[in-house]
Amino acid sequence: MRLTLRKRLTPLSWPRLFLIPASILMALILGGFLFLWVGVNPIRAYLEICKGSFGNLYNFSEVLVRATPLVLCGLSVGLAGRMLVWNIGAEGQLVMGGVAGAGVALFLSPYLPGPLVVPAMVMAGFIGGALWGLIPGILKARFEVNEIITSLMLNYVAIFWLEHLYFGPWRDPAGRGFPGTAMFPDVAWFPRFFGTRIHLGLPIGLAAALFVWFLLAYTRWGYEIRVVGANTRAAQYARMNITRNILWVMVISGGLAGLAGIAETAGIHYRLQQGLAVGNGYVGIVVAWLGRLNPGSIVVISVLLGALMVGGDQVQITMHVPSAISLALQGAILFCVLGGQIFQDYTLHVDRRSKGPTDRGEPRRP
Amino acid sequence: MESGALFIAKVTITSSMAVLYATIGEIFAERSGILNLGVEGMMLVGALTGVATVHSVNSLWAGVVAAMLVAGFFALIHGFFSITLRVNQVVSGLALTLFGIGLTDFLGRPLIGKISLKFEPLALSPLDRIPVVGQIFFNHPALVYPAYVLVPLAFFFLYKTRSGLQLRSIGENPSAADTVGISVSGLRYLYTFVGGMLAGLGGAYLSLAYTPGWKEQMTGGQGWIAIALVIFAMWDPLKAVGGALLFGFINAFQFYCQAAGLTVIPSYILRMLPYLFTIGVLVVITRWEVAKKRVGAPAALGIPFEREQ
Repeated sequence: MRLTLRKRLTPLSWPRLFLIPASILMALILGGFLFLWVGVNPIRAYLEICKGSFGNLYNFSEVLVRATPLVLCGLSVGLAGRMLVWNIGAEGQLVMGGVAGAGVALFLSPYLPGPLVVPAMVMAGFIGGALWGLIPGILKARFEVNEIITSLMLNYVAIFWLEHLYFGPWRDPAGRGFPGTAMFPDVAWFPRFFGTRIHLGLPIGLAAALFVWFLLAYTRWGYEIRVVGANTRAAQYARMNITRNILWVMVISGGLAGLAGIAETAGIHYRLQQGLAVGNGYVGIVVAWLGRLNPGSIVVISVLLGALMVGGDQVQITMHVPSAISLALQGAILFCVLGGQIFQDYTLHVDRRSKGPTDRGEPRRP
Repeated sequence: MESGALFIAKVTITSSMAVLYATIGEIFAERSGILNLGVEGMMLVGALTGVATVHSVNSLWAGVVAAMLVAGFFALIHGFFSITLRVNQVVSGLALTLFGIGLTDFLGRPLIGKISLKFEPLALSPLDRIPVVGQIFFNHPALVYPAYVLVPLAFFFLYKTRSGLQLRSIGENPSAADTVGISVSGLRYLYTFVGGMLAGLGGAYLSLAYTPGWKEQMTGGQGWIAIALVIFAMWDPLKAVGGALLFGFINAFQFYCQAAGLTVIPSYILRMLPYLFTIGVLVVITRWEVAKKRVGAPAALGIPFEREQ
């Protein structure tokens, strides 16, 4: 008696809608064991997490705040992923976007008319991230170097440069306790809405999602991206310029992450400081993948994961469970969804024959 | 204080160990056809397990063994998803790393900052009395010495034994290996486990010898550097030593500049060097391989194996 997985002739399509929630549920159950391990009641913990994110309107606004960089990073990784380019460098591109925007805020804002400062910062943020994303793009397009490692190494480089800036040349001369640059002038602060911490970054993120959706669905370039991702050989036969596509995809992908960086910097911190590189770029990978590289789903997943992280902070306060539990849960969710997908492509068979050395369940050929 | 050159040489050796163990482990895994991007996660799991075990039972070697076993089993998660469920190995490996980071961040919280037992330098007499060479190679924490045996053993195993040939065959042509009766899945599970064990050893080296104690994400990207070094080494254990030593040298150079107060190269650039070096090394080796029209990767790397039924 043995279990085998057999490939389906045609993959199932109907389970998709309920497969992801089911997998997430599975992951939360497994996460329950983690809570048990550290001596915490999992039901109480999950209730606290829900309370922390959905308990009241303000908490939910915090979820949206947390989701803002996730949407942008998710779009960043997702867009590149559509072309099978693995942008693991969103974290570094986010940092560079924040740095570029901060540069405008700190040094160019005196020379610009008031209303132009924020748009200039947003543009700078995009360009900063775009240029940082271009580096692994060039290396991949020109030299065929694996972009996973190059983009990832650049994350570390970006973070060291960031720290150098706010500990060194850009350090706040007023020398406030917390290391960082001076606070941005008021004119460089992103507006906030509804009396909450929801800031300009959220509409930017939603607009970016619309932009990526439109790009992929309705433009010729979007079509090329999808073809290269689905069937590179076919793309080559259609004489699509893959090199150029890789470069542009990395530019826009980097720019999106850069927007996340300036959004966090000018919407939340109002200065460059520790707390910019907190892993949004990496969670963006999870978001992109769970959202199946699809802009609409990415927005939804960002909110869900944002809720998980805000809830995780809550559970740290009320139950003294390290908030990193939400990171561990994300990993578990990723695995469960990965595993759940298998049912679309494979069926589980029970073979009742005995196990012979060459027995494969088919008659021997003469 | 010992001379600058001696300092740099010794620190080169000690700084290269973690990444060397992880690289050899990943070479075994990738030679079998399994691309495991979870090395960073496995190293962290090994590092944390090592410290946690040492805190409980006060034995360094118990910590090492525990680290290797736990990291090995951790790797089997990726193995299960890659071999049995045949999912995309890039995603699965990334998931393993993210999960490993989250898990160790979470579970390691109580151990942060706690003073820990560590491996003290152990002079291997009489070898350490050989002039110059003796001090460079034979006066290190004991967790360095297994590498001196592991590398030649790995080389010999891979190229001179029948099992090594089987390993290489399942990575190059799994269907042919399967036809001859070699258990592709079984061996891939084994080598994934081996890869995890060695990554765990690398992690334990960091937490029990090199920078004793636990800190979140204390591997600082060395797992990723190991993956790059596998490519640089063209999946060969001896070349892996070269790559690891280069990496160790960059680190040693960085420490020397900081210790000697040399400010001609700013410290933030020094800290960037290992990562820039990794990119550079990858570019060089990729261009070289493309120019020679030869890619050293095992032909079936990352491709799930399916017996046609």
